[in-house]
Amino acid sequence: MNAQTHIKEAGSKTREMSYAEAIRDAMAIALERDPTVVLMGEDIGTYGGAFQVTGDLVDRFGKDRVMDTPISELGGAGVAVGAALTGLKPIYEFQFSDFAALAMEQIVNQAAKLRYMLGGEAAVPVVFRMPSGSGTGAAAQHSQSFEAWFGHVPGLKVVQPSTPAEAKGMLLAALEDPDPVIVFEHKLLYKMKGEVPEGYYTTPIGKAAVVRVGKDVTIVASAIMVHRALEAASKLAAEGIEAEVIDLRTVRPLDRETIIASVKKTGKLLCVYEGVRTLGVGAEISALVAESEAFDYLDAPIQRLGGAEAPIPYNPDLERAAVPQSPDIESVARKLAKGEV
Amino acid sequence: MARDAQENLPFAIRHFSPEALKEALRKMHLIRLFEEGAEESYMRGLIHGTMHLSIGQEASAVATCMELTDADKITSTHRGHGHCIAKGADVGRMFAEFFGKETGYCHGRGGSMHIADVKTGNLGANGIVGGGLPIAVGAGLTAKRLGRDDVTVCFFGDGANNEGAFHEALNMASIWKLPVIFVCENNKYGMSTAAAYATAVPNISDRAAAYSMPGVTVDGNDFSAVAEALHIAIARARAGEGPSLVENLTYRWRGHSKSDRNRYRTKDEIEDWMSRDPIQRFRAELIAHGVLDEAGAEAVEAAAKDAVAQGIEFAKAGPAPAITDVTKFVHAEAAA
Repeated sequence: MNAQTHIKEAGSKTREMSYAEAIRDAMAIALERDPTVVLMGEDIGTYGGAFQVTGDLVDRFGKDRVMDTPISELGGAGVAVGAALTGLKPIYEFQFSDFAALAMEQIVNQAAKLRYMLGGEAAVPVVFRMPSGSGTGAAAQHSQSFEAWFGHVPGLKVVQPSTPAEAKGMLLAALEDPDPVIVFEHKLLYKMKGEVPEGYYTTPIGKAAVVRVGKDVTIVASAIMVHRALEAASKLAAEGIEAEVIDLRTVRPLDRETIIASVKKTGKLLCVYEGVRTLGVGAEISALVAESEAFDYLDAPIQRLGGAEAPIPYNPDLERAAVPQSPDIESVARKLAKGEV
Repeated sequence: MARDAQENLPFAIRHFSPEALKEALRKMHLIRLFEEGAEESYMRGLIHGTMHLSIGQEASAVATCMELTDADKITSTHRGHGHCIAKGADVGRMFAEFFGKETGYCHGRGGSMHIADVKTGNLGANGIVGGGLPIAVGAGLTAKRLGRDDVTVCFFGDGANNEGAFHEALNMASIWKLPVIFVCENNKYGMSTAAAYATAVPNISDRAAAYSMPGVTVDGNDFSAVAEALHIAIARARAGEGPSLVENLTYRWRGHSKSDRNRYRTKDEIEDWMSRDPIQRFRAELIAHGVLDEAGAEAVEAAAKDAVAQGIEFAKAGPAPAITDVTKFVHAEAAA
């Protein structure tokens, strides 16, 4: 359903592909179009990437443009920053977003701030790709959702595509952007299939998408949570509750207009996000609504569903319990719609 | 001059033109006078925040940059004023930056710790110890990938050699044979902690062996020794043979920053190093070899003094940034 939006945007022929294939397609197009684009990361060459996202790109474009890096996240990210500063357009893949913790110095202190510190005299057009999120049984150091960390840093843009079409369009938009962009790719989405426009197109950064129209309650979600929210919304529709689902797409900068317009219509807001609930993305969305003209339209307290106040656990039942699931969304949205909150 | 006599001359005297040597002396004076001017301006309240002075390290900065063109890049450190001037920056715009003015190199957003001049290839000072090391490797990667023959000099201090970024950066520069010259300015202390205590090898250049690159330690206050080491390393880089590590042994006369009370070193040690002033040493060398005479040297110093005085006036006259522009430069401005 989400992909349908993009077909209209791109207005071109489409092909069914997975989220991982769509990202690969974007990278192949970028490598073909622009000789300054290089891919960097651990095991992205012959191995094809930890999640097979780069796949066969090394065979098609060679080792100089699809570069395996040593296991040196800080250094590798920094090399990408320095390359971007001097004329290349690197896409640096972290094997897991968790490993970006090793590279915070280069992302936060250098990439995000160089343009500002140098008074606009420098640009760092680097893209960091980060496989993210829980649900794979990989436990606490391979399952985190760091959107809020990076979303807190001026100078960065942070996107979370939720469909194959979005993943391709947002990666190409990230590459066009003259500033550093962090792309969170949800690992559970890599195999998800969808219709993807062929050829070059971009999905704008900073624009959310209303992926289901409704009048009773607004659910703002991102990445895998969009799909869980849509599932919940279908169930609620059978009961006569029409939920409006917004695919956030971009964590920084937030699309205030789309969120505020929806809340003004429904009077009820539920934020759903996988990152730890406290001080998470939903806290910011709640605050921006509370501070806006939409506040007067609220008929119920704003609700948030976020990750548990715990590391992601190994046990599969615990792991599921640690992040919002479709029934959780359904339950809270129902209560909100019925005025039971 | 007989060939034997020629060979006995210091490298710098043999290798550079008299004009280039005079310009080097001017830059060394300019760095010293700029920093003294910055220190005085700080005392007078014209500069806020802090700064890290490199007085005593001028030979290292200038000799390292002797053979670099504007196409060649440097990454610098929190003690980077000398590198900036050596690479060709204008002291007026530097003072303006220190004074927080819109006319400064970074439009008043960076200050001393982020001073940069991208047009002359200076990718910037850095407030993070070791921050510039991977960035320099990235600049080297760009040159190699785009088939350019420019090189990148990465300045860092003895403190940075114990950062993980140092090891990751040297390793990558080596495996990819990138045109990067790592220049360690070993001034004996990372803030208060002695390099001899904090570093497991006697010489920082010993670490080059771990990354299969040449490593050499030179007297960083001997202009000619530094210039010669860099000449060899730059030639290697331009020839596509990969990176090198050069360690310049030097000393900062001033404290680490404005808050330093010098509790970790003795007056004797400081005075001993001050008696081996790299500028006076270079100046005497130029006079001894007839590059200039006393009067000529005085004129070079006087020219630097004038430039500093004019630079301070330029900085004072510049406008402050508009308060409403606090978020300007966070992102590229949207195309009109």
